[in-house]
Amino acid sequence: MRTPVFFVICLIVGAAVYGAAVALGNDYYFFAGYVVLQYIVLATAWNILGGYCGYVNFGSAAFFALGAYSTVAMHRIYPVPIPILVAIGGVVSGAVGFAMGYLTLRLRGAFFAIATLALAVVLQTLIVNWDFVGGSRGAYIVRPESIPPFGSYIKYLFFIMILLAVGAITIARLIERSRLGYGFATIRDDELAAEATGVPTLRLKLIATTISGGLMGMAGAPFPYYIGFLQPSSAFGLDYAVNSIAMPLIGGTTSWVGPLIGAILLGSLQQIATVTISSAVNLLIVGFLLVGFVIAAPNGIIGLVKFERRPPRRTNGKQVSADALGPAP
Amino acid sequence: MIFSFDLLINAVISGILIGAFYAAVTSGITLSFGILDIVNIAHPAFIILGSYVAYIVNATFGLDPIITAILATPAFYALGSAIYQIYFVSFERRGQESMRGLAFFFGLLFITEVTLVLYFGVDYRYVEAPYIGPTLHFASLDIPMRILVPSLVSLLLIAVLQLFLTRTFVGRAIMAVAQDQLALRLLAVDPIRIKRIAFGISIATASLAGAFLIIIQPVEPSVGREYIGRVFAICVLGGMGSLPGTVIAAMLVGIVESLTATFYGPSWAPAVSFGFLLLTLAVRPAGLLGR
Repeated sequence: MRTPVFFVICLIVGAAVYGAAVALGNDYYFFAGYVVLQYIVLATAWNILGGYCGYVNFGSAAFFALGAYSTVAMHRIYPVPIPILVAIGGVVSGAVGFAMGYLTLRLRGAFFAIATLALAVVLQTLIVNWDFVGGSRGAYIVRPESIPPFGSYIKYLFFIMILLAVGAITIARLIERSRLGYGFATIRDDELAAEATGVPTLRLKLIATTISGGLMGMAGAPFPYYIGFLQPSSAFGLDYAVNSIAMPLIGGTTSWVGPLIGAILLGSLQQIATVTISSAVNLLIVGFLLVGFVIAAPNGIIGLVKFERRPPRRTNGKQVSADALGPAP
Repeated sequence: MIFSFDLLINAVISGILIGAFYAAVTSGITLSFGILDIVNIAHPAFIILGSYVAYIVNATFGLDPIITAILATPAFYALGSAIYQIYFVSFERRGQESMRGLAFFFGLLFITEVTLVLYFGVDYRYVEAPYIGPTLHFASLDIPMRILVPSLVSLLLIAVLQLFLTRTFVGRAIMAVAQDQLALRLLAVDPIRIKRIAFGISIATASLAGAFLIIIQPVEPSVGREYIGRVFAICVLGGMGSLPGTVIAAMLVGIVESLTATFYGPSWAPAVSFGFLLLTLAVRPAGLLGR
């Protein structure tokens, strides 16, 4: 299927989702659906670096929060429409992703993972100390009651998130089938061999971190309008980091379908569990599912149902060997 | 802020003391990440677990946290061995440790933290011991006992670990397992068993480090996250897998953090370790005392 056709199909599905939410007639579905869609974007973005390149990013919350806080900052300077805010959030997070990657990706993969973990702590420190965006007290963003063609404002946010999700999935699928995607796969399978055969690994990894970080920032940009009151602890919540890792790993990391399945399943499960049980317990469920899946079903749900048409890349069950991380420094 | 010599000396001394404590916190990572190449990002969560064990025993029986921690080390050792066994069977043997192994430890970190939140809430917990409270005064120097005692025990712990690693057969085998597993096998030593022991010891240090932590400051479940960047920064700066390097790096980070806290405000201190980490990775990835 060609990309434009796929994109149109995604748009139709998106329109159908929007129509279904309108038909259900309750604003709650928009609020719950928004969160699931946001996770689709986050999980897909994580998978571009984590699934395709094999580099684990623990700092999804940091990139997400960067997007959210660039919105807060812009709101203070000069309020602009949300689509522009999304673009700004994407640029800021993408730039930080690029810088992070440039400093750490020349080393073994584990260092990148550790640096992303630390990045979340440090960005949170910066935000807490930055009074302009509310500091530790948090910042209020007053959401307009309604917006002309959509009715209530949440419908507008939901609409934007659908477009973002469609965009993210299309980008992921496009990457997967392009030279870029094959380059990413060589890095994941054996970085040393890829380097030796002339794959520009550092450049490809930087492209991946930039796209991945940028998409996460875009997902975060509308968030202050959704939540109304943004605190550092909510924007940097560990649940964003764990969810954006758990969703692709549970769904399956080799294709764009995996994060989508994972995000829809886990996202809806959490929405249901939050309402019926409690929000702390639902995070515990995610943690156990993540650990359970990485141990028992290494290729996620799509690995279980053998969704892939392509034969598995390797037959001995090895996906990423220790050598793929490169020599010890 | 007015720059004063007394303030500077006080900051440096408390930095050194805190650094000794950081060294104890990092020693587990030095064993698992530095020597065994296991990226155990859940280590800070086990440290918090150690803090809570010390807290529970202290609150119910009034036992000294450090003694509690020493008594709890066998349990932590067993936990560590069990985790390594799962890790080995599920990831290392299949060659998937790089990504799924990381996700596994991240899941453990998350589960530990959320479970502690569910049971104890997000309130800060603290312990009681005779040395918490009093402060030693030397001229213009103030040394709180609650930092001095854990620091001294930390240094003792590191010394014991270093002696164990360099003087005993098992210790030397642990150092060797990182370099040449085949050679170890030729000596009729099972490398997996050695790694299991080493990882068990690494988690056992978390019990002690946790007790030190809760003596120094009140603890709540998410405090551990602040230590992730810090411990890995220290481990890398110390040259991965070198305990003396870890001590030097930890004191360096401690001093800089303490100076930052004194002259710029404590809310900036967490950024210091990250700066160290990035700087080390960018300039000298082999660390100060690199192998």
